[in-house]
Order: sequence, then structure tokens, then C-alpha cells
Amino acid sequence: MRVMAQMAMVMNLDKCIGCHTCSVTCKQAWTNRSGTEYVWFNNVETRPGLGYPRTYEDQEKWRGGWEVTRRGRLRLKGGNRFKKLATIFSNPKLPSINEYYEPWTYDYSTLTDAPAQEHTPVARPRSLISGENMKVEWSANWDDDLGGSTATAHRDPMLKKIADKVKFEFEQTFMFYLPRICEHCLNPSCAASCPSGAIYKRSEDGIVLVDQDRCRGWRMCVSGCPYKKVYFNHRTGKAEKCTFCFPRIEVGIPTVCSETCVGRLRYIGLMLYDADRVLEAASVAEDQDLYEAQRSVFLDPFDPAVVREAERAGIPRDWLDAAQRSPIHALINRYKVALPLHPEYRTMPMVWYIPPLSPVVDVVKDTGEDAEDTGNLFAAIDALRIPVEYLAELFTAGDVAPVDRTLKKLAAMRSYMRDVNMGREPNAAIPQGVGMSEEEMYDMYRLLALAKYDERYVIPPAHAEQAHSLEELATECSLDYDGGPGMGGSGPFGEGSGSPTPIAVENFQMLQNRQSADTLAGPAGKASRVNLLNWDGKGAPSGLFPPKSQGPGPVAPGSTPDTSDDGATGSGGTGGLTGGADLR
Amino acid sequence: MSEFFFVVFPYICVTVFVVGHVWRYRYDKFGWTTRSSQLYENRLLRIGSPMFHFGILFVFLGHVMGLGVPESWTSAVGLSEHWYHVLAISIGAVAGFSTIVGMVILIYRRRTVGPVFSATTRMDKFMYAVLASVIVLGLVNTAGQVVADYNYREGVSVWFRGIWRGALYPQLMEEAPLSFQVHGVLAMFLFALWPFTRLVHVFSAPLGYLTRPYIVYRSRDDAELGSHRPRRGWERIGS
Repeated sequence: MRVMAQMAMVMNLDKCIGCHTCSVTCKQAWTNRSGTEYVWFNNVETRPGLGYPRTYEDQEKWRGGWEVTRRGRLRLKGGNRFKKLATIFSNPKLPSINEYYEPWTYDYSTLTDAPAQEHTPVARPRSLISGENMKVEWSANWDDDLGGSTATAHRDPMLKKIADKVKFEFEQTFMFYLPRICEHCLNPSCAASCPSGAIYKRSEDGIVLVDQDRCRGWRMCVSGCPYKKVYFNHRTGKAEKCTFCFPRIEVGIPTVCSETCVGRLRYIGLMLYDADRVLEAASVAEDQDLYEAQRSVFLDPFDPAVVREAERAGIPRDWLDAAQRSPIHALINRYKVALPLHPEYRTMPMVWYIPPLSPVVDVVKDTGEDAEDTGNLFAAIDALRIPVEYLAELFTAGDVAPVDRTLKKLAAMRSYMRDVNMGREPNAAIPQGVGMSEEEMYDMYRLLALAKYDERYVIPPAHAEQAHSLEELATECSLDYDGGPGMGGSGPFGEGSGSPTPIAVENFQMLQNRQSADTLAGPAGKASRVNLLNWDGKGAPSGLFPPKSQGPGPVAPGSTPDTSDDGATGSGGTGGLTGGADLR
Repeated sequence: MSEFFFVVFPYICVTVFVVGHVWRYRYDKFGWTTRSSQLYENRLLRIGSPMFHFGILFVFLGHVMGLGVPESWTSAVGLSEHWYHVLAISIGAVAGFSTIVGMVILIYRRRTVGPVFSATTRMDKFMYAVLASVIVLGLVNTAGQVVADYNYREGVSVWFRGIWRGALYPQLMEEAPLSFQVHGVLAMFLFALWPFTRLVHVFSAPLGYLTRPYIVYRSRDDAELGSHRPRRGWERIGS
């Protein structure tokens, strides 16, 4: 037994309202830079739908993940090491930018610059890739809320599998949202596909990261990941992926997507697993056995033998406590309501989902029956095969039994808790019917419905010996960073060459660059701009005010000796402000 | 003059090549990448890139043979001068042709596909010009072998090996045809340019992939991004 700890997430899909707050905040925090315009580390898909990038789930087309050979050996679906090296000069399975979408902005300046004319000027979409005018035809979420799904949804690879039973018609439709991040798999095929060995799994918390210094841009990880959650930054020529917000996790705060989730549907916690058994579990013959196989790899943090082995493996005591209190452990192994996304890819994903009961509830409600009655719901779960089979294609490789069990537990919880909340006599037969005790049912209700912050997120900080250097903002770096490599711009070796910048600082700077740029992409003169987020309010850094073309104005004695055009700055008082106002 | 071009210049270039790479590797690991543009355009790349790259790999091997192995060695294993040339020219022509067709496709693609062109730096353009000249001249030399009879293995090759041993034969280069001289000097210049271009990706050929375990585990180290001040590097001026 080799005990390892894994930071994992569970999302309760019933609560997702499809607001995309997670996507937007994640984008603001991580991918708001040129080169990553099309990148969404977190995206929310409407299902049924094509997903992002389009039809990524069709592994016969994209060849991501692993497959098991007839002799029971696990191999990369995209081909072995030799094949990867032989195709290194032109990756045969790389989605083009159009499979994601061509990112764009609008030519907003025409709204104010346009001469007087008969018609209202229009801000036309401009491609952020080529800078040309473009026709917007697809995006990361084009089929949001089933928009246009009559035209596209039949191409949903998961719907195709049950297509002989379903004709996608709006009269019989169902819908739910699927937020996705990197799965931080136990058996990551992106890491296995990386020729440079730049993608690694952190041994402390299992977070899968790309070493930006080692990545050489071979793009095999993009093809290797069946979830298509590794992206190629087309400006820096490096792969980037969801980092599980490790700078936040290390200080014990949840990821940005979780923290900002309006529905509070995300849970973060530790799972202990036996690293020696991962390969064996990923190699089971039948796809439908993978859910149970993966569950069997997880270790019970209350088992004294596991605790002993964990301590031997160097897992700190507070991490063991966190593993025992982990909501993930509770949802996956105690209540067994969380299911993995596409276990058939055999990567052992570690972001699990509680399948939504709402498609079922909605149908019952529409019939006018009581949608919180176990009998009605159970009957509906049995009758509504299409949503249930669809969920099974997503979460259990098509095996409806675990999905049925989970949905029935959720339905039972609804009915049971309604009695409790209405002050009626709780019906102990309901939890029993789904194999739970009343107390367990209440605990599950507490975790799923009340979802207290400190119960949703049980995140032990990384070890305090290094606490200072783990502070999120990398405090050693301050204003002197302005104009440093993080300010972007294109050197002789291309965008982003030079030494890396601390993540947080870089992002604030990139964000600021983007927001203050007048041009579409790769704005010029970025280096002369000021990062107000890093400004401590003292003095007036050069570039704070626009250059003065004429008129005297106080020149700050304390301003940095800077020979840029913006060198003449105000002293931070009104003199500077009026000096600036002349030009605006 | 010939002493400068055929003695001093090669040493300068080799020095820049070595020191430049060490410097680039130490201070610009982040910029050390293939800078692939496959995301923008795949149809032309799928044909052009393998043609060019496999072609140039064989061209490289041909140079190792032609420049690195003395004529006496191949004679010793019983390969006559005539047959050596037939082999060298035929393989060289195929590899060179593949390289040059691939290169033409790639340069055409780079110029005509908007996003690819806008992702091209000035350094790229300069490097492509030098690289293309070297390749074209090399093919001219190969083709010239068919008609004129210059035995480079007694001229250029001896000069080239001499550079490494400190034995200087500029006169051998002086006697060589002009296209050989220019090819050699431009190639030397390309080596000097090498560490400052995207060509550095040649040295990241991922051969270690064949032997390493599939899944790499690494401990969270303190020098990781976000937890530390970045290493000393250069700062850009302007944009």
C-alpha cells in the first residue's frame, strides 16, 4: 500500500443554474491574457450539447485517454511512445482553433469615432487571432440553454450512443448544466503523452500541473487529454491547464470557481488512495466496472492501517484529519452519490459529479403530480429512461444501475426531508428503501442542502514551514515589477520569453494590460502602463498620468528615473491630475 | 580575407553557439519552445512540417557522413569514390528535395495564413531567410556535383574537421567553388544565430520520452511559480 493524498472536487449538478460565474471568475483570474483568449480552464456546458471543444467526448475521433488491450494492458489510445515521437512534427489529433472557437472582440471605437451618418454605427466583431473582421459562428458555449440545439444536438456524442431510442425533439427534451474543470486524474493521460515530461502530478496533493519551463510545445497533451482540458497558449507556445488554483489551495482557500459559485454546488476535500493499485484499477476489462474499480482504489481514512501507512508515507497529521472530514470522501464512499465523469477514459478522474435529479423532477411536476413524493419520483426515474441513460453515458460508461441508485437516494432525501420540514412524522421507511439510516440521510441533507462553507471546503494548507513564500500574492514582488517581463510584449524570441513571473502578479498585470489597451490584441506600449492593483498609493509612478504635451506642471521628484514617453508625471496631487485632464 | 571567413569566423560562431545556448537555457527556459502554429492552420502544416523536418534530419545525417567521416575511412571499408558519390547525391537529393519542398510550403503558409504571419517575429523572418539560403545553396552544391566534379571530401570536409582539431586549412576553402564557400560561411552564421531563434527546439528532441515512466510525480518545490521571486533575467525595454 502506497498512500497518497489527492485534492478532489465534487459538483452537485442539481444546484447548477448555469450562470457561468465560475467560468468568468476563473477566466479573470487565470486566462485573461493574449494567447489564452479561447481558453476556459472552467467551462459550463449545457447538456445535451456538443461541449467545448465541439464533440470532445468522441474518442474515436480525438483518441484521448487510455484503452485496454486484449491482453489487458493499458495503453494510450492515441498511440504508443514511438508513434507519438513519429508524429511530433505535425500532431494528427490536435483540435483546431475552430473546434474551440475563434475568439473575438468588438470594434468598439467605431461607436465613438464614426462620422455623422444616417445609420447608427455598429461595433463589428474582430477576430483576436487574425485581427480581421469575422462572422461569429461558434463559441465556448454556443448551445447554451439548448440554443440552436435542434440544429446541433444530434451531434452530441453521448446522445448518439442512445440515439436509436431518442429523437431529439423539444417536446421531450431535458436539460442540465455540466461545469467542467481539469479532472486532476490519478492516471493522467496528458502527463503520459507529454514527450518532454513537463506535466507532472504533485506528490503532496495530486494536482496535475504543467512545468512552464520544461514544456516545449509539442501539444501531445492536448491530444492525450480526453476531456480536452489542456490548452495550447498560441502566443507563448506552451501548454496551460487548470491548476486547481494551487496558490489558493496551498493557503487553505478554495479555488476561484468554487469560491464564487453562486449555487454553492462545489465541494473540495482530500481523498486518500493507494497509488500502487491505480494501474490495476484503470486496466479492468469492462468499461462499466471502472466506477467501482476507481472507488476501490480510495482508502478509508478512518481505518487504523491506512492511518499508519499514511503517516509512514509522510502525510501530515492535519491532512489525515482533513481526509477524515473530507466532503469528497463522504459523497463518494459514504453516501455513494457522486459519480466520475467518463470513467471509460480510464484516466481515473478526480472531479466527480452528483447527477441531477431535476430533469426527472421537472417531468413529474409538469404532469401535475406531487414532485416530492418518493413513489412518484421513483416511478419517474424508472420510466424516464432517456435522461437516466444519458446520465449513465456521462458518469458510468452507460451502466444505469449506479445512476438509478443515486437518483433514488436524492429523491428519497427530498421526500424524507419534506416530512421533517413540514413538522410531520418522518418516514423511516424512505431512507431504508435506499439503504440508508435516518441519521445518514440527515447528514447527507446537511452536506448537500445546507452546504455550510466549512463543510463544503475542507482544505488543509500546505505545510506552514514555508508559509511566507506561499502567500498568494508572492509578497516579495512589488511595484518594481512594473515594466518587468510580466508586462508582456514581444521580445526577439516571441511572446513571453524571458523568466517567468509569479502567477498572481502576472495575472494582475495581464488583466490590467487587457483592460486598459486601446488596441485589439497585443497592444503596443504596454510596458509604459501602470498597474494600479499593485500601486500602494504613495507617489506617482511614471505612466500614471498621460504625457503632457505642453504647459508646465510639477514633476515628481520621487518618480522613478524613467526615460519612457510617459516620464513626466505629476506629484500625485491635483497638479498632476489637471495636467492629465488637459489631454483627455 | 579568407583567413577571417574560414578561420576566425567559424571560431566566433562556434563560441556564440555554445555560450549562447548555455545563456539561453539558463535565462530563458520559458521562451524555449517550438512555438507551434498548428492551432491556427493544420492543412498545410500537416504536409509541409513532416516533409521539412524528416528531410532535414536526413540532411543532417548526410552532413555527419560527408563532413565528419574522412575519405580514407570509407575507402577502407571498400566503398569506392564513385559509389560514395552516387549514394551521397541520390540520398542527398531526396532529402534535400523533401526539405526544400517542405520549407516552401511552410514559408508560403507562414506568409499567407494571417494568424501565422502575425505570430512571426522579426527574428523568425531573419532566421528563415538565412536558413532558406543555406538550404538552397546546399541543394545547389548537391546538384552541382552531378555536372562539375569538385571532391568536397578532400576540400571542405578536411577544412571543417580541421576547425575542431585546431588545424587550419583556409586555403582548402579558397580552392572550393564559390557556392561551397558561401554555403559554409552562411551555415556558420546560422549556427551563431541558432541560440537566439526558435531553432533551439532542436535540442529539446524528447528522446527521454522513450525511457521515462508515463506518469511523472514531483514534489511541490519552493522554486515553483507563484511562490518565489523569479530568477534573474533580462528585462524588456519598450514593447
